[in-house]
Amino acid sequence: MRFFIIIFLFISSFSFSAENIELSKAPVDLTDNQSLQRGARTFTNYCLNCHSAKYMRYSNLQDIGLSAETIKNDLLFTGNKIGDTMSVNMSMKDSKKWFGASPPDLSVVARSRGADWIYSYMRGFYRDPTRPMGWNNTVYVNSAMPHILWELEGEKILNPKTKKLEKFSSGKLNAKEYDATIADLTNYLVYMSEPDQLKRKKMGYYVIGFLLLLLFLTINLKKEYWRDIK
Amino acid sequence: MKKNSKTQNKSVGLIGWVDERFPLSSFIKNHLTEYYAPKNFNFWYFFGALALFTFVMQILTGIFLTMYYKPDAAQAFASVEFIMRDVSFGWLIRYMHSTGASLFFVVIYLHMFRGLMYGSYKKPRELLWLFGVAIFLLLMAESFFGYLLPWGQMSYWGAQVIVNLFATIPFIGPDLAEWVRGDYLVSDATLNRFFAFHVIALPLALAGLIMCHLVALHEVGSNNPDGIEIKDTKDKKTGIPLDGIPFHPYYTVKDLTGLTVFLIVFASIIFFAPEMGGYFLEANNFVPADPLVTPSHIAPTWYFTPFYSILRAVPPILGSQFPGVAAMGLSVLIFFFVPWLDKSKVRSIRYKGILYKKWLAAFVVSFIILGYLGTVPSNIWGQFSSIIPLLGGVDVATFVARIFTLVYFAFFIMMPIYSKKDVTKKVPKRVTM
Repeated sequence: MRFFIIIFLFISSFSFSAENIELSKAPVDLTDNQSLQRGARTFTNYCLNCHSAKYMRYSNLQDIGLSAETIKNDLLFTGNKIGDTMSVNMSMKDSKKWFGASPPDLSVVARSRGADWIYSYMRGFYRDPTRPMGWNNTVYVNSAMPHILWELEGEKILNPKTKKLEKFSSGKLNAKEYDATIADLTNYLVYMSEPDQLKRKKMGYYVIGFLLLLLFLTINLKKEYWRDIK
Repeated sequence: MKKNSKTQNKSVGLIGWVDERFPLSSFIKNHLTEYYAPKNFNFWYFFGALALFTFVMQILTGIFLTMYYKPDAAQAFASVEFIMRDVSFGWLIRYMHSTGASLFFVVIYLHMFRGLMYGSYKKPRELLWLFGVAIFLLLMAESFFGYLLPWGQMSYWGAQVIVNLFATIPFIGPDLAEWVRGDYLVSDATLNRFFAFHVIALPLALAGLIMCHLVALHEVGSNNPDGIEIKDTKDKKTGIPLDGIPFHPYYTVKDLTGLTVFLIVFASIIFFAPEMGGYFLEANNFVPADPLVTPSHIAPTWYFTPFYSILRAVPPILGSQFPGVAAMGLSVLIFFFVPWLDKSKVRSIRYKGILYKKWLAAFVVSFIILGYLGTVPSNIWGQFSSIIPLLGGVDVATFVARIFTLVYFAFFIMMPIYSKKDVTKKVPKRVTM
């Protein structure tokens, strides 16, 4: 036994050396419908021009408090019907030619990348003249995606000495407002990756409540039957 | 039927009508109300019933998933998302199935550990154990085939890696791998045949084997934590084992309690953590399969990782990876031999000596550490400093995996020696509660 303890101590003395990009914690709150609605607006206005969300239906947005009328008037641009999924008209072939990589579908991106990654990625763009699009990213180095929200955020550059991002020019929003916009967008992407997740959790309390009641009954039933077993 | 001595009380009415044509009452008697199980079952004896429950649940949820799932490389990923979003309660059925798969292995591993602890494989239960190991083998195949179906990146590359293992077999390997895939790489043809195996071939074989497992169990009777044969001390008048109690109602109500606890754990995962931190549903599997993009880190689902670690730990010989593959195969198949490797005079760990306890603990520790190492890249702990002779430059994790691979195999290979040498305690005549 002592052998294993020694081995264990031996193992645990090594630190993890996986590639670490520092991600900022995304302030996700799926109960905040206002935030989700703002995120949906940013998503349909900016992201949905190149990225699809082809498993997500516009009509699902009614879950986050938008009326069918609002969805039709404010969020549907391409002549889609409200029951349609969020597709884009750009062909994969064209986009590959233009950007070097096709913009991936974003329906479940929050589940593959994680909220923190998205939140950090969208705040990690900086000017880089060596890149074909003129933009680079600290989280996803040499990402093919240009900074779509640069008019909002303004431009940043990477200080080669400190390896930190520095402000170069101002955009329509100040830093705090921009972070809030990205927080809303991230929040929306998390919601979109599994629209039923709030319902799921809510249902979970009832199910577990019922099971605890059942456990009380089954324990007593067992006791009753086993009384005569010595 | 009337002359059958087992049917002492002749039933009347509808049951009587059925009994004259089908052994309904006698079946219920023989397998439930007059099937005598030892009265001293403990916590570890819940997992057989739970495994059966999980099997039935996987079949039922699987049937409903099949109604919307499309086994087509172009549609599979989308059909799973369709189930998750557009099918009423589709997410619930899907999470029940994906969580059920992982919990099936939790239950089976605990069930097997019970067998190792209490010597449930020893005479006359060797065949019962063999059926069990066969079920375990098929279950691994079943989950492997099922894992390809969502057609995500992990599904795809996991299948690619596992099928390529066959390619390492000398001479016939590459042709065999191609035959399994039905293509030069994992593709639509592979998805379709894996679907066929997952939804019909293996479940059918599993159902048959589970029945054999139960028939064998009811033929020899259950073992118990004391490893005492309850049939040896029977009531002289009735012929009923003194330490036995009818399975129904005693164990049905007891298992019901165990089942409820299991369901609470199960529901907690389904409703609050269906991804289980990436162990039950991996993040990379939410990216559709792409044959042109290999993920930087391919790991099998957690229940395969101890065996995967063994595969990675064994160094290639003459450039062939086959030794690793053979070691991995052997690490599973070796369970078949346990009934004949254990030379101990007693069954249960309660009466075995310190040697067996130490070896079993070492086995469990190596299983868990190998399991963990299988989930992470082999350079996770870095390399040994080049100053150290022999080990310089070797991945620390690989070295640790090698040690525990040796421990894993030693548990089985040394068993005839240590189980014979072990100083056992005296086994009492009757079971203890």
